[in-house]
Amino acid sequence: MKELQTLQKHETQKTLHISGSEAIIRCLLAEGVDILYGYPGGAIMPVYDELYKYQGQIHHVLTRHEQGATHAAQGYARISGKVGVAIATSGPGATNLITGIADAQIDSTPMVCITGQVGSHLLGSDAFQETDIVGISTPVTKWNHQITKASEIPEVFAKAFYIAKSGRPGPVLIDITKDAQFEVFDFKYKKCKGVRSYKPVPKLNFSSIEAAANLINKAKKPLVVWGQGVILGEAEAEFKAVIEKANLPSAWTILGASAIPTSHPLNVGMVGMHGNYAPNFLTNECDVLIAIGMRFDDRVTGDLSRYAKQARVIHFEIDLAEINKNVKADIAVLGNAKKSLKALLPLLNKNSHKDWLQKFKDLYQIEFNKVIQNDVNPTKEGLTMGEVIKEINQQTKGDAAIVSDVGQHQMIACRYAEFNRTKSNITSGGLGTMGFALPAAIGAKMAEPHREVVAIIGDGGYQMTIQELGTIFQQRVSVKIVVLNNKFLGMVRQWQQLFFDKRYASTEMTNPDFVTIAQGYHIEAQKVTKREYLKEAVKQMIDFEGPYFLEVCVEKEDNVFPMIPTGASVSEIRLE
Amino acid sequence: MEKETKLFTVSIYTENNVGLLNRISAIFQRRHINIESINSSVSEIENVSKWTILVVLKEDLMKKIIGQIEKQVEVIKAYYHTEDEIIYQESCIFKMKSDLLFDERQIQNIIKDSNAVIVTVNKKFFVIEKSGRRNEIDLLHRELSLFGIMQFTRSGRIAVSKEEMDISTLLNEFQEH
Repeated sequence: MKELQTLQKHETQKTLHISGSEAIIRCLLAEGVDILYGYPGGAIMPVYDELYKYQGQIHHVLTRHEQGATHAAQGYARISGKVGVAIATSGPGATNLITGIADAQIDSTPMVCITGQVGSHLLGSDAFQETDIVGISTPVTKWNHQITKASEIPEVFAKAFYIAKSGRPGPVLIDITKDAQFEVFDFKYKKCKGVRSYKPVPKLNFSSIEAAANLINKAKKPLVVWGQGVILGEAEAEFKAVIEKANLPSAWTILGASAIPTSHPLNVGMVGMHGNYAPNFLTNECDVLIAIGMRFDDRVTGDLSRYAKQARVIHFEIDLAEINKNVKADIAVLGNAKKSLKALLPLLNKNSHKDWLQKFKDLYQIEFNKVIQNDVNPTKEGLTMGEVIKEINQQTKGDAAIVSDVGQHQMIACRYAEFNRTKSNITSGGLGTMGFALPAAIGAKMAEPHREVVAIIGDGGYQMTIQELGTIFQQRVSVKIVVLNNKFLGMVRQWQQLFFDKRYASTEMTNPDFVTIAQGYHIEAQKVTKREYLKEAVKQMIDFEGPYFLEVCVEKEDNVFPMIPTGASVSEIRLE
Repeated sequence: MEKETKLFTVSIYTENNVGLLNRISAIFQRRHINIESINSSVSEIENVSKWTILVVLKEDLMKKIIGQIEKQVEVIKAYYHTEDEIIYQESCIFKMKSDLLFDERQIQNIIKDSNAVIVTVNKKFFVIEKSGRRNEIDLLHRELSLFGIMQFTRSGRIAVSKEEMDISTLLNEFQEH
């Protein structure tokens, strides 16, 4: 028996005499890729020819634009934790990937992008559909590489997947000349276990853990702000144990959302520009600020010179370059969040922080009365975005993955969506890419078909990647699409109202009949303009088996509050 | 935090790969840091390149940039040093009219006093090479420019640190990892 196993193992590792393009498919299979998103074209045709032959083993999804392919790969990666894969041809195919790559870079999403390139003899000659995609993608990739010989393929692919997924994840681009795709060579695949110059996870320094524990144990008014590092490090359980043991009020960045359930008593809400009142305001009152897997983005901190100046700062972080980049850390705990928090737990004392936690509740009540109540239980005639999210919460019972686009609806979705499970909030945080949600929802649903995936999109962002309805139709992807239509580029309009004396420069939109468009793609569709029909419409959408489009016409000029205006301090957060 | 801008010599050990120049220079470019000089060469270790970059900026920013450079997959280690922490040299070449050697005798003294070397002489022109510190080269340039310089070019700084850098140990650690 053992001999047989050894034989089989030997068999799979035997050298094959195959083309570069077939080798690419075999690399993908060896890395466990079962789905990839892309768009064919001249310089990548040999690979597509192999995809045709291997279609039983690897599923290629034809998107309607290469940008859609990257966002779909991102959605796939964000919900599953696996590496998303996008593929495109040279020239315009490759440049169309850039927005998604930049988005994945700033949001630390593991992704491998494959681009075809003109033949190596034509490189640098301004050949048809030639662009220097390695040059163009350099600032927005974790790593990239151009392959000009088939023999490089196995090693470069193994390295690409390793780099994309390890440490702080990110996008990697591999550019392959057409001649390398055709070239026949002896193929053998070996997974990458390390790269000499690359240390993905810094070694845990136990004395920094001790120092952190001491400081947390002494803290009277501790505040945890966690980010996506908890999710990427799969540290949800360790994180929950830590905050529960010491009763630490914990707030999340937009990408950290869903790491612990929304309803958790220690979950005090979102920080940042449109985050919750309590965690923002109390950032400037806490005595110890415990940042875990977050990077102090300017949308989180507001004016840095007035951010948590009274607090000692502990920063748990995997990426050394983030330490002291924006906020000076008194104690930096380098390493993977799972290991660090696991080591921290036994050193923490039990604590109640009763009075301090009460402060969060008191401020929540103020926010509830002034903002939340009007958002989710409105009494005015027009529909609000908040009540739509509340209805979706009720009907999905917090089990859905919410994929949001960028703008007002995104802030409302992230503020009010209820999450029971991790990896459920998929949104473009760092780059703020309008057009992200529709294709990202496709990737998310295909990665986890058993889960309810609801895309929440504004009427502006929807029209940036609306063509992906074609992908949804062709692949029968059962995503639920909710467009919150206020006939405006709402967030920009809000700023124009508040900071530019209501000069609504180019933010009002004359929109098409979205229902007819969806129906043109044979997608079940409905439009709601009145409150009395909302509940039933959301129910029909959730109950429907298959893709569904729901347009909700909401109040045109509602604003998102609370708000920390640009240049203001977190404690200057405005409720109206 | 340090408020003053200073001259720093950045030393970066990297894998010898195409495209790294873009990746590293982009880190400076994003923050509008002008690179005063840049040099890339082999290092004391086989297949490992060493970059020497000269920049003027504040120290706290320098630290952040070093972090962002080290984060690059193919960078092994990056350091920054102030002037007193390194031994450094630059090199330059002047091309001048040969007549000057005979018409302007003090040129020979200038060459001798500055420890410069005449590399070649022909009927039309002669070439002077000088290695040294930046101020020495500046001085020589000032003195020779009085006579008219046909061509002048100067290399980027190269430097070694007084303290040990210990890249080999680092590389071994990477391999164990």
